[in-house]
Amino acid sequence: MNSRTAHVARRPGQRARWFSEIGWRHLVGIIAVVYAGFPLVYVVSASLADGGTLTGSNQLFASVSGANYAALAGTRFWTWMANTLVVAVATGAGTVLMGAAAAYAFSRFRFSGRRVGLTALLVIQMFPQMLAFVAIFLLLISLGNVVPGLGLDSKLSLICVYLGGALGVNTFLMYGFFNTVPREIDEAAKIDGASHAQIYWTIVLRLTAPILAVVGLLSFISTFGEFIIARVLLQSEDNWTLAVGLYGWVSSLQDANWGLFTAGAVISAVPVLALFLFLQKYIVGGLTAGSVKG
Amino acid sequence: MYSPVTRGSGRTGWSPGFLVKLALIALVDALGVYAVLAAWAADSWGVLAAMVALLLVANWAYFSKRALPLKYILPGLAFLLVYQVYVVAYTGYVAFTNYGDGHNSTKEQAIEALLVQNERRVEGSPSSPLTVVADGDTLGFAIVSPDGAVQAGTADQPLEPVDGASVDAGRVTALPGYDVLEYAAVLERQQEVTKLRVPVSDDPNEGSVRTQDARTGYVFTSTLTYDAASDTMTDTTTGVTYTPNDDGQFEAADGTTLPVGWRVLVGFDNFVTAFGDDRYAGPFGKILVWTFAFAVLSVASTFLLGLFLAIAFNDPRLRGRRIYRTLVILPYAIPGFLAALLWSGMLNRSYGFVNEVLLGGASIPWLTDPVLAKLAVLGVNLWLGFPYMFLICTGALQSLPTDVLEAAKIDGAGRWRTWRSITLPLLLVATAPLLISSFAFNFNNFTLIYMLTGGGPRFDDASVPLGHTDILISMVYSVSGLDGTAAKDYGLASALSIVIFVVVATISALAFRRTRSLEEIA
Repeated sequence: MNSRTAHVARRPGQRARWFSEIGWRHLVGIIAVVYAGFPLVYVVSASLADGGTLTGSNQLFASVSGANYAALAGTRFWTWMANTLVVAVATGAGTVLMGAAAAYAFSRFRFSGRRVGLTALLVIQMFPQMLAFVAIFLLLISLGNVVPGLGLDSKLSLICVYLGGALGVNTFLMYGFFNTVPREIDEAAKIDGASHAQIYWTIVLRLTAPILAVVGLLSFISTFGEFIIARVLLQSEDNWTLAVGLYGWVSSLQDANWGLFTAGAVISAVPVLALFLFLQKYIVGGLTAGSVKG
Repeated sequence: MYSPVTRGSGRTGWSPGFLVKLALIALVDALGVYAVLAAWAADSWGVLAAMVALLLVANWAYFSKRALPLKYILPGLAFLLVYQVYVVAYTGYVAFTNYGDGHNSTKEQAIEALLVQNERRVEGSPSSPLTVVADGDTLGFAIVSPDGAVQAGTADQPLEPVDGASVDAGRVTALPGYDVLEYAAVLERQQEVTKLRVPVSDDPNEGSVRTQDARTGYVFTSTLTYDAASDTMTDTTTGVTYTPNDDGQFEAADGTTLPVGWRVLVGFDNFVTAFGDDRYAGPFGKILVWTFAFAVLSVASTFLLGLFLAIAFNDPRLRGRRIYRTLVILPYAIPGFLAALLWSGMLNRSYGFVNEVLLGGASIPWLTDPVLAKLAVLGVNLWLGFPYMFLICTGALQSLPTDVLEAAKIDGAGRWRTWRSITLPLLLVATAPLLISSFAFNFNNFTLIYMLTGGGPRFDDASVPLGHTDILISMVYSVSGLDGTAAKDYGLASALSIVIFVVVATISALAFRRTRSLEEIA
C-alpha cells in the first residue's frame, strides 16, 4: 500500500511521507555516489591536465590534452604494464590449474591424510605470505646462487612465490564448489571407460568453470596490486611491476610526476575495472561463497 | 567402443595423454637435474637435497598407480612447501638469530672477510714482477719468482705454478690457459686491476698479491691471524687476542669487537628487544596499539557505512538503484595501491585537491600531523573499504529468510524492534567470518600505510625509522632494512612477523569459535 503513495498526486503530508520512505534514499544515494566518485573524476581530470603537476591539476577539466598519456611513452611505464600483466596472468592461470587439481583430489578421492591435509591448508592460510617477506628474500638469495632465474630480481621467481600462496587461499573455495558437482556424473563417465584424467579435464573442469573464473580473477586482481613482495624482490627498474614503479614516481617527485602518475593510474585501472564490472556478479558470489567455506 | 582395460590410474598403453605426461615429466626431470647439478657446483647442499627429494617424489607420483591423489595435489603442494611452509618455518628460525648487518654469514665466511679486510702491505716485503693476464673475462695476475718459475691465479683461484710460460726480462709474454693483456687493455681496466687481489694460497692467513702499477706485485698479509686450533683471532700489530663470544663476534678482553660477525642463535633476544629495549619498546607499544585501533576502526567504519548504504538501497521502490549500486562500488574496483597513491596527492598539504579546492585554500597538514595523519589513513581506508562491506551486506540482506520477518510482523514487532532483534543478529552471523578476514587484512594493510604516509610523521625520538601511522607490518619492513634506510636486522624483523602471526591467528581462532556459537544460537 505504501508503494502507491509515490504515484498519486502529492499533497504536503504525502510528500513528507514520500521523503521518509523513499526520498531520503535518493539523497543518500547521491551523496554516496559523489563521495565514491569524486576522486575518480579528479584523477581523470588530472590525467588530462596540461601542466602535469599536482598544483596544476586542481581545477577540474581546466584543460584537456593527451600530453600526459603521450609522455608515458618516454618512461618505463609500458614495460611495467607488460611485466604486471605477465606476472598477474601467469599467477592467475597457475593458481586456477593447481588449485583446481588439488580441490579435485580432495573432493573426489578418499585417501589417508586427506582430513589432515585440509586442516593443514586451513591453518597455513592464516599466515599471510607477505609476513614472511624477509625469509622469502633470503631464500631467493640462496636459490639465485644455484639457478639465477629463480633468484632475486626475476619475474619468474616472483611468479613462483605468488604460486606458493595459491593453494592455501583458494583450495577451500574450490573444494566447496567441487563438492556441489554430483559424483554420479563422473561415476557414469568412469563406467563408460573414462580415465580420471579425462574426467578431470573434460567433465569436472567444465562444470566448475564459474568458480575457476572467480578464482582466476581474484588472483589476477590481487597479484596486480601486490606491492611488498614485488618491491623486495624486483630490484632493477626494467623488472618492476606497476605498483612498484608508480610508487617510485609518487614517492620521489610527487608534484612533478603527478601528470604521469594520474595518466598511468587511469590506464592501469582500466583492465581491472573492466574485468570487475563485467564479472561483478561472479566475483560477489565468490566472495560470499568463500566466507561460508573458509 | 571403449576398451575395458582401464583400471587404477587410468588408461594403459601409449595414449596421447600418456605421451603428454611423459613429455612433461621429461621436461621437469631435465630442469630438475640441471638444478641439482647447479646446486652441486654451488655447494648448496640444502637446495640439492630438496631438489632431489622433489624429483624423486614427482617421478614416483606420476608413474606409480598407487599415488592417484598425489598426482593432482603435487604441483600446488611443491610450490606451497617451498614458498610458503618453508619460508614460514625459516621466519621462525631467523627470529631466534641475530641475522642482519654485521652478522650476515657463517663463521668461516666472517673469518675470511675479516682477514681480507685487514690486509696491509707488509713493510719491506719482497716485490716480484707482475703481469696482468685474463682468463676469459676474469682478470688475473702472473708473477715471476726470483728462480724464474711462473705462478698465476685470479680472485677465486689462488696462485699456482704454470708450466710452459715464456718470460722476457721478468715479464710474462705468453701463458698457457691465459691471455696476456696488452698495455692499453690494462689501462682500460685500471680500476679493476688495482682492486684485484689474488690469494697466495687457500689459507687466508697467507695473504694475497696486489698491485698498484700493474707491473710490480706485492704480497699483502692480514694484520689479523686466525688460529684454528684455539679458535682465536690475533692482531699482530697490537698483540691483542680476540675470542668468539655468544653474539657471534670476536671479542677482546677489554670488550672491543671486530666489525664482521656471523649469525648465531640468540634465543629470545629479538623478542626481548621488541618488548623491552629502550629504542624499540616505546615505538613498538604505540605501534601495536595503533595497529589494533586501525584494524578495528577500519572494519567498524567500513561496515557501518556499507550497512547503512545497503539498507538505504534495499528497497524495491527505489528507482535507479542499480545505477547507484554500480557507481558506489567503483572504489572497490580500483587497485588499492593506486587509490592510496592518489589520495596521498589529494591530501598534500600545499597543493592537494582537498585543501586547495574542497576546503578553499586551507593548509591542513593531513599527512604530517600525528593525529590528522591517523584520521586521514582511516578516512582513505573508509573510502577504499566501504564498497566491499556494502556488497556483502546487500547480499546478506537479500538472503534474509522472509518467514522470520513475517512472523515478527504478525507478533506485532515494530520496525526498530524487528531490525534490532532479527535483522541485525542474522546479518552479523552471515557477515562475521568476512568481518574477521577483513580485520586480518587490515591488520596487515601494508600497501595503504606505506603508500599514503610511509608510516610518517616520524616519532620525535627518531633513533629508529618509525612513525605515528606505522602498523606492525610496516614496522617489520622498516626494521628489516630492505628499503635501504636503516641497518638490516632480519632477526628482529622476523620476530615481529611472528608476533603479528600470533596475534592474527589467535584472534581469528577465537572469533571463529565465537561465530560458530553465534550460528548455533541463531
